[in-house]
Amino acid sequence: MAQKYYIFIGVLVIAVVAGIFAYPNYFNQGVDFLNQKMLWTLPHFPEKPYVLGLDLQGGVSLVYQADLSQTADKTASMAGLRDVIERRVNMFGVSEPVVEVQGQDRLSVELPGVTNVEQAIQMIGQTPYLEFDEERAQTETQQILDKIKEVQDAQAKGQDISKITDWQTALQNPYFKPTELTGKYLTKATVVFDQTTYKPQIQLKFDSDGAKIFADVTGRNINKPLAIYLDGFSIIDTSGDGKIDNQDLYAPKVQNKITGGDAVITGDMSNATATSIASRLNSGALPVKIGAPISQQTVGPTLGSVSLQKSLVAALYGLLAVVIFMVVFYRFPGLLASIALVIYVAITLAIFKLIPVTMSLSGIGGFILSIGMAVDANILIFARMKEEIKAGRGLAGAIDEGFKRAWPSIRDSNFNSLIVCAILFFMATSFIKGFAFTLALGILVSLFSAIFITRIFLMVFVGKWAEKAKWLL
Amino acid sequence: MTFQFTKYSIVYYIISGILVVATIVCLFTFGLKFGIEFVGGSNMEVVFQTTQGAPRPSNEAIQDALKSFNLGQITVQPTAGYKGYPGAILRFKGIDEATHQQILTELNKLTPTTEKSFQYIGPSVGQELRNKTELAIVLALFAITLYIAFAFRKVSKPVSSWKYGITSLIALFHDVLIPLGVFSILGKLYNVEITIPIIAALLTILGFSVHDTIVIFDRIRENILRKGMGQFEETVNWSLTQTLGRSISTVLTVEFVLISLYFFGGETLKDFALALIIGITSGTYSSIFIASPLLVSWYKWSAKREERRTSKK
Repeated sequence: MAQKYYIFIGVLVIAVVAGIFAYPNYFNQGVDFLNQKMLWTLPHFPEKPYVLGLDLQGGVSLVYQADLSQTADKTASMAGLRDVIERRVNMFGVSEPVVEVQGQDRLSVELPGVTNVEQAIQMIGQTPYLEFDEERAQTETQQILDKIKEVQDAQAKGQDISKITDWQTALQNPYFKPTELTGKYLTKATVVFDQTTYKPQIQLKFDSDGAKIFADVTGRNINKPLAIYLDGFSIIDTSGDGKIDNQDLYAPKVQNKITGGDAVITGDMSNATATSIASRLNSGALPVKIGAPISQQTVGPTLGSVSLQKSLVAALYGLLAVVIFMVVFYRFPGLLASIALVIYVAITLAIFKLIPVTMSLSGIGGFILSIGMAVDANILIFARMKEEIKAGRGLAGAIDEGFKRAWPSIRDSNFNSLIVCAILFFMATSFIKGFAFTLALGILVSLFSAIFITRIFLMVFVGKWAEKAKWLL
Repeated sequence: MTFQFTKYSIVYYIISGILVVATIVCLFTFGLKFGIEFVGGSNMEVVFQTTQGAPRPSNEAIQDALKSFNLGQITVQPTAGYKGYPGAILRFKGIDEATHQQILTELNKLTPTTEKSFQYIGPSVGQELRNKTELAIVLALFAITLYIAFAFRKVSKPVSSWKYGITSLIALFHDVLIPLGVFSILGKLYNVEITIPIIAALLTILGFSVHDTIVIFDRIRENILRKGMGQFEETVNWSLTQTLGRSISTVLTVEFVLISLYFFGGETLKDFALALIIGITSGTYSSIFIASPLLVSWYKWSAKREERRTSKK
């Protein structure tokens, strides 16, 4: 029976790793201490933060209803809208924004840590603006660059820049200037494939007014680039650094004067790039209006951290009370079950980090509730064991019988709770979802800890000595 | 030793009967105050940075200050506040962000105010959520009934399996009704609302209550298989006695964490914890004192009817 010791050691290793992963601070402090004292270079355990929901870290969550009555392809329009809003939100400098399409025509925007809600709402609500810009003449470019330098110098010296003549000139793009051509005149952009090379191309179609302006613009810009901006920024990340900023410029070169309102953008681009260019052109051409949010939730930063701290304290006290109760009422097995419960907490927290589960207040509520429910299986088993011992069964037999007989009840009742969790989860409101998910996860992990871990503990620790000290059981 | 649980069945029925009737009366007279997530509107939690010891602005003062915004009915629910400063939750009809900022400015004129959270739910969203919640409750009840009928399909003598299903359903309604009654009164007295967390709590109570009943019924099933089906009442009492320790332990461990959540957890989870505390206490009570005695009463009643029918012949 050496096998049970291997399993026991395996369980301990999992528990310790999970515990350190869930809360690496002490371990890493210990490593630092040893490294300093012994001149070792032990590595730190990788730290991975919990993903906190908006209600815990503060921020604003907005839900918008898009007006899709003017568009035929609703899915594509929503994808385009999502893309546009995500670009804007990224430029707003929010740490980890989440922009998601909900259902058919809803858009949810989550901005952690944003305090200026009014500005955020204003920025998100704007209709996307697509413009085509042409190259400036060299002298003009030079003038603007000089002015920018002048303003920057003045700023460096702390002088009042508004005293400089024409200081506004410095705000302009030195290389490109807007033409009359905007998204208003663009009917549609589609990705097509070249008949011979099979490379993706983007086909543009302008309306009749647009066709005239486009002919005019292309006519005076032959062999020059025509830059395309959406909301004042390049439509694609050309520098490839993962974000769109002033370094990016998407400007196809005009080959000929194009009349008739049909144009094709060619070039060496991947399918994905072509699709995203077309989608951004479309969101400028067929703007989807979203107006004011239909629901809004703002949580101040203090409220979130206070609630988080308070619920963690509550969880700790609750855990302590359960442990004391178990030890008092079920003595030695109760102690083992308490250790299993602590392992349960470590494993569950590690899983929360690993997946990662976005921790909201509701999720923490579900988790705390699951601490109370996790020992239920143990209680069923131990109560059964006591009965069997009273009935005169030997220790090993009583343990076996306790697990075997309690199983149908454990299975039935937990299955029932899981059904309720599943129904709650598919109700799809974020509060309920978080709660149902953590509760369900808690139930599953607790089945493992209460049945498997406790059983291994009992097999390892309850030996001959226990026959003499039955009062402990 | 066997406790004669079913001897006093009539007492339990009367206690629960009174509670249920009182709940229904409360629900009809006071109704339930639904949160803005179900009816739409705005919800603003603020803390008043009053000078040391000064009371917060009165409800009338707040309502007066915001009169010009035409916010409909403004309810003010006091909260524990933050670091000794008094707080309140204001509820009124839906507003846009600009109005929201103006309201904050107006409140600041009254007394320095910081906002802790603001929520706005449009009417369509509220309606949608209400429908979804109704669907979830119906689905949960349906699934649970099906599961019990399935779990007890092998038990048919001396009480058929569907009777286990029906009695646990009755216990279930009992357990959900009582917290609803309490919240109806709290809503009337303190403007406590039925919010999404409360609904989640109620649905969890559904699961827990059945969970508890199943453990006892499971034991009854086992004892019938072991001892034969004579003396049904005796078997039920014996099963209840056997499971009593477990029932108490389970409810206590859950109550420990919930009570700790109620007292030490944040404001947001307080009502949620309260709903669960009431529901889970009621769930344990009903599993022992309602579901199982009902099973016995039903069995006796059918037996008596059977007797009468045979004696008539």
